[in-house]
Amino acid sequence: MEAALSSLPYLMDGLLVTLQVTLLVVVFATIIGVILGVGISYGPLWLRILVRIFSDFIRGIPVLVLIFFVYYGLPAIGINMETFTAAVVALSIFKISHVIENTRGAIQSVHHGQMEAGKAIGLKFHERLIYIIFPIALRRFLPPWINSVADTAKGSALVSLIGVVDLMLAMQKVIGRTYEAMPVYIVGLIIYFIINYCLSLSSRKLEAKYAFIKE
Amino acid sequence: MDYHFNFSYIWRHFDRLFYGLVLSLELALVSIAIGMIIGLLLALVYVESGKSIRFFVASYVELIRNSPLLLLVYLIFYGIPSIGWFQYSATTSFIVTLSIYSGAYLVEVFRSGLAAVPEGLIDAGKAIGMKPWQRLISIRIPTMFRIVLPALSNTYISLFKDTSIASVIAVPELMYGAQWINFNTFRIIEVYAVITPMYLVTGYVILLSLRQVEKKFAINK
Repeated sequence: MEAALSSLPYLMDGLLVTLQVTLLVVVFATIIGVILGVGISYGPLWLRILVRIFSDFIRGIPVLVLIFFVYYGLPAIGINMETFTAAVVALSIFKISHVIENTRGAIQSVHHGQMEAGKAIGLKFHERLIYIIFPIALRRFLPPWINSVADTAKGSALVSLIGVVDLMLAMQKVIGRTYEAMPVYIVGLIIYFIINYCLSLSSRKLEAKYAFIKE
Repeated sequence: MDYHFNFSYIWRHFDRLFYGLVLSLELALVSIAIGMIIGLLLALVYVESGKSIRFFVASYVELIRNSPLLLLVYLIFYGIPSIGWFQYSATTSFIVTLSIYSGAYLVEVFRSGLAAVPEGLIDAGKAIGMKPWQRLISIRIPTMFRIVLPALSNTYISLFKDTSIASVIAVPELMYGAQWINFNTFRIIEVYAVITPMYLVTGYVILLSLRQVEKKFAINK
């Protein structure tokens, strides 16, 4: 047990990397995912088909395949990335597909009468989007979005497999040195649990807060 | 781009991928079956019992749902044998892990399904003189299954995809077969070009067949 506790600073360095990966992935995935989600809701047919294919394709394969493909596969066709970049790119691509679906669902939940009312008072498309659709859709978007943030924090453990020294790989390294597997795993489990539990708790709070909005 | 595609190595070792896919499906099937039993039992326990037992079920669910599957896989495969409790093969260990993992997700699914069974149905059961266990078996559980079917299919698909994580403890499933070919022939792009459709097609076949089941048993409003 002492080994696990004395290696805590080292695990914290790993945790920092986990949080960095999570933060970057969430920022990229949210920006691109929301844009593509608006595209799949209001865009021209070709864009809708492209985004639909992208989203279904990415959601249909295991994230591990995606991570290994980006890190080991892409260099074969001349795209070299460092482990950290590859991890962020792979997880972002994966998360984008989920944010697209969140956005699409949230926009769809807004009654079409709202859009028509906006048209009737002469708002332009982007004004209708910003002043009418987004504020209403945001309430539907936030709870699943926070869930996918928690999922990212959890799923980022997989980037240890391509050599990013995140919390997971830091744990493996400590175990490699001290041969005390169980205490280190339990400490890691607690750290992951605290992060994710806080996130899913806030997601549930928000969901309850916005529960007055009926289908 | 001066990359020359050469699929011959992949076809030469295709049996690794094929049997890998079969093993992936077996892992998913066995773990889901055990997970369903865990999920159903704990959901019933949760719904029927008092605060203290609810707390234990809820902590199992929250602990598993909020920790990475990779960590659980390592914990059960390396951690538990290291303190000398059990010894087991990688495959057994992964099945145990995925069952515990899927169980936690399925408790939530079944619990919300049980809560959504209309009161009127249960009252009707009471009115015709059914005992509590009869109501449970003939009314609550069948209705619950029809309500949760869509949520179940989503869980099944994501559990099938999660079997790829078994490759990290050298369970020879599809992802492991792909890695083996990678490291032995370096035909990396080709391997992914083959296993991606394998995952996609299998996932869609599962999804479409579950959609048929959903349609058959859907509750018409």
